[in-house]
Amino acid sequence: MDYFAKQYDVAVIGAGHAGIEAGLAAARLGCTVGVFTINLDWIGNMPCNPSIGGTSKGHLVREIDALGGEMGKAADRTEIQSRMLNRGKGPAVHSLRAQIDRREYAKYMKHALERQECLDVRQAEVIDLYRADDGLWTLKTRLEAVYSAKCVVLATGTFLGGRIYIGDVSYESGPDGMFPATALSAALKRLHIPLRRFKTGTPARVNRRSVDFSAMEVQKGDEATVPFSFDTETPPENKADCYITYTNDATKQVILENIDSSPLYGGKIHGVGPRYCPSFEDKVMRFPDKERHQLFVEPCGLDTEEMYLQGMSSSLPEAVQLQFLRTIPGLEHVEIMRTAYAIEYDCVDPLALSPSLEFLDLEGLFGAGQFNGSSGYEEAAAQGLIAGINAARKVQGKDPFVLDRATSYIGTLIDDLVTKGCADPYRMMTSRSEYRLLLRQDNADLRLTPMGHEIGLVSDEKYDRFLKKSAQIDAERCRAEETTIPPSDELQALLVSRETSSMKTGMKLAELLRRPQLDYDALAPFDPTRPDLPNAVFEQVEIALKYEGYIRRQEAQVREMRRLEGKRIPEGICYDSIEGLRLEAREKLGKARPQNVGQASRISGVSPADISVLLIYLAKEGY
Amino acid sequence: MSTIAAISTGQAAGGIGIVRISGEDALAVADRIFRPVSKKPLSSLPGYHAAFGTVLCGGVPVDEAVALVFRAPKSYTGEDVVEISCHGGLYVTRQVLRAALQNGARAAEAGEFTRRAFLNGKMDLTRAEGVMQLIAAQGEQAAQAAFGALEGRLSGEIDAISDRLKATSAALAAWVDYPDEDIDDLSDGALLQVVDGARHSLSALIARFDSGRAVREGVDTVIVGRPNVGKSTLMNLLSGSERSIVTDVAGTTRDVVEETVTLGGLVLHLSDTAGLHDTDDAVERIGVERARTALERATLVLAVFDSAEPLTKEDKRLFALCKGKKAIAVINKTDLPQQLDSEILNTVFNKVVPVSAKTQTGLADLEAAVAEVLGTADFDTAAPTLMNERQNACCRSALEHLNEAHDALTVGVTRDAVQVCMDAAIEDLDALTGKRATESVVDAVFAQFCVGK
Repeated sequence: MDYFAKQYDVAVIGAGHAGIEAGLAAARLGCTVGVFTINLDWIGNMPCNPSIGGTSKGHLVREIDALGGEMGKAADRTEIQSRMLNRGKGPAVHSLRAQIDRREYAKYMKHALERQECLDVRQAEVIDLYRADDGLWTLKTRLEAVYSAKCVVLATGTFLGGRIYIGDVSYESGPDGMFPATALSAALKRLHIPLRRFKTGTPARVNRRSVDFSAMEVQKGDEATVPFSFDTETPPENKADCYITYTNDATKQVILENIDSSPLYGGKIHGVGPRYCPSFEDKVMRFPDKERHQLFVEPCGLDTEEMYLQGMSSSLPEAVQLQFLRTIPGLEHVEIMRTAYAIEYDCVDPLALSPSLEFLDLEGLFGAGQFNGSSGYEEAAAQGLIAGINAARKVQGKDPFVLDRATSYIGTLIDDLVTKGCADPYRMMTSRSEYRLLLRQDNADLRLTPMGHEIGLVSDEKYDRFLKKSAQIDAERCRAEETTIPPSDELQALLVSRETSSMKTGMKLAELLRRPQLDYDALAPFDPTRPDLPNAVFEQVEIALKYEGYIRRQEAQVREMRRLEGKRIPEGICYDSIEGLRLEAREKLGKARPQNVGQASRISGVSPADISVLLIYLAKEGY
Repeated sequence: MSTIAAISTGQAAGGIGIVRISGEDALAVADRIFRPVSKKPLSSLPGYHAAFGTVLCGGVPVDEAVALVFRAPKSYTGEDVVEISCHGGLYVTRQVLRAALQNGARAAEAGEFTRRAFLNGKMDLTRAEGVMQLIAAQGEQAAQAAFGALEGRLSGEIDAISDRLKATSAALAAWVDYPDEDIDDLSDGALLQVVDGARHSLSALIARFDSGRAVREGVDTVIVGRPNVGKSTLMNLLSGSERSIVTDVAGTTRDVVEETVTLGGLVLHLSDTAGLHDTDDAVERIGVERARTALERATLVLAVFDSAEPLTKEDKRLFALCKGKKAIAVINKTDLPQQLDSEILNTVFNKVVPVSAKTQTGLADLEAAVAEVLGTADFDTAAPTLMNERQNACCRSALEHLNEAHDALTVGVTRDAVQVCMDAAIEDLDALTGKRATESVVDAVFAQFCVGK
């Protein structure tokens, strides 16, 4: 028998990476929040790789942190190995990646939710969702509890309509053997939400004792590590190693002989998989000339022998999985603990969402994470944070908080999703950001912390620290521009050894730092007036000097972009009534409903001619 | 959209003039000014049908004409269109236009027909620009180059450059975004090869823009020389009409005579000038001044000398005036016994061509000399060509970004900056072909369109 349990400002369905950030953000902004999860023991689970960060994802984590989110802190507290990727490829693409103790991470996140004021976390499967006559959203759980909320965030991940495929075997399931959410899809369809099927997969986990590491290359963490969070003061410690090995021709032969038993190639799975994270059989079939494929053996935690085999995602039958793994050097006697699987799930076409992540047609309903068509923990957390912030602002009658493409990877990610949509699970990449020389992981705080403070997620204490750092950067920049370094034999020797031109007279420190071959460290002996500042301060000044020309040009591009972005398109505009707009453009614009002309110009299928018609129309109508 | 009308043939007198009416009320406007012989109103005709009849202006018959009906969207602009072909010259055609304007149409703005065609999705940006060039093209070479763009030859070339850059940028992206994968780093050499290849292609396009402009827009050419060496005879020879007055009395041409002629497919805007010499005659002095001005402005100078007489002081004064210009010495009157020392001319002029205006010999040599001096001799009209300043600016900007990429690679700046420069170049090239819209692009394109098409 149904019973009314409680009313919240914001209800969050799902407690994965998106749900956690959504719930915490809304509660921290002063809302009462209920977070619903199918399994309380796996809040913030990592059903795939036991790591956080990586290229562009590391940027996202830092941005989440700069805005006042939780992911960066949790990762710093539970990491077991840390590496800065892409060193040497330029500061724009430096990316932090950490191996995580996944059980510790889930524990940390569960506790973070439990401790949060105004937030209830509840193990319950939501089976119905509708808007009641009073305008409030109503949620019903399998155990007949009824909740109401002013706003709801859908963060259902792969649970929603989840179905696992391994060879011929297929069954309804959530990730990692958890129950799926089977009834909610029908409720969403009743709300006319356009659902579709996406697919993802995960490799096998194996027992460390069955792996011969002597046949593999070891991969250690960085000697000098850096944390994700701008709040973490002590650098994280490396506590574990990863290993690299390679597949060979024998591995390939096993795949080729058994490809018919793949549910993907056998045509059983209709969901669209991620191009960016293919299964191993996909790699073999699509790149038949490649002789070997790399795989990483990563620890799942410190107090477990489970190892994750990155790069070997598969949905082949269990017996075939064991067969092909045992062809790989070091894995000849491997024992599988968990079988690799593909999982198909329901998600929304994100064109149905606005840049605030609220549904265009369903007021108070928000989407975040894999539900929105993305892939990856960090992408999910980023959207969860924004959805949570905007749900809270909706409740409080405030304007939506929207980050544009020039502010952040978060803004780029959301703009891509809600403007261009996605045909397969969307993964963040550095090359997706046209302003990436500005949007670096090292300056996420400079870009976003003032905004986080303004909306109320960043504490005064954190903001003061930020102001101090910001002032130090400005002062050091001035000092570098004004300080003259006199020529000396030692300095000449350095210049020669770094293969850069020698100096005849004294030079400004800034001039020397602009040379690609020189850096703060190398110039330390010649710079006696250097103040004692955190490395992060020197880093900012050095990047600002070295990339000055490029940065200035990107800033000019941003101004150009914001000009079109500033041309608002009125809500409720009827594209069908605009003469001269092509049919395809009418459909695409009508579907994505962009908020400004800049956003409209990025929609595929909308031509320059359509944009010019739109501009003419807006001018004519006096907008 | 409102109904617009304009003369869509050139503004020069010609055999047939066409008035085009386009828009929602095109047929209604046409009905009001056109009385068909068949008595069937134009608005009752299906698309692609013609009617013969009389055009009325203020109730008075102006001309007999053929009206052609196009139904939306199957017309040039994508709207209902009526084209009225009149017999008359400019005056009559203007009368017909006036009739249309008095009966519900408004005068089309510059380029408005093509803008509507573009806005209605009938053509892409490069095609639209190509059409404008086609209208403006005056010689056959220019017409061919304009057709090239229409068929997307320029788009094809730009896409090819852009695609090569995109492929390399994508390779860099993969290398950056998948650092743990076995993805080979591109060597500096390989990157430089791609960047420099694109720089080379763009530089060539930009260089061709100038000679292309000569082909497209014609060349301001001035004919100079001391009195009575046969300047006017040469002009008449080139233009094929007795435009300048030719007499044996020195100083007959007292003003600058202008004429547009075609020489080997190249359009020359010719100015025939008064002979350059010191004179006391006030009227003639004005003529001489004008000649000097014309010479300064001209792109090409045809300096005429008399083969039958030795070089005079006045001839030699011309040498200085022609210095630094593209100038051809034309030795006239080669039908008469030679007195002129032509050796010295070779050192002063780009080319020396003997002709006889009287016996009409040497014209082919002159044609070749002009083409060679202007660099249009090997201008391949079939090759892709930048058509206007906007496209030229896009290419220049892309080239600039690639120069930066080149410098970054040479100096040893990190790859993130190199890739960003390459991406900026790609964006410029995509803007050229209209793949990305900014207001300024669209505005710039349409500001350049002339009335008619």
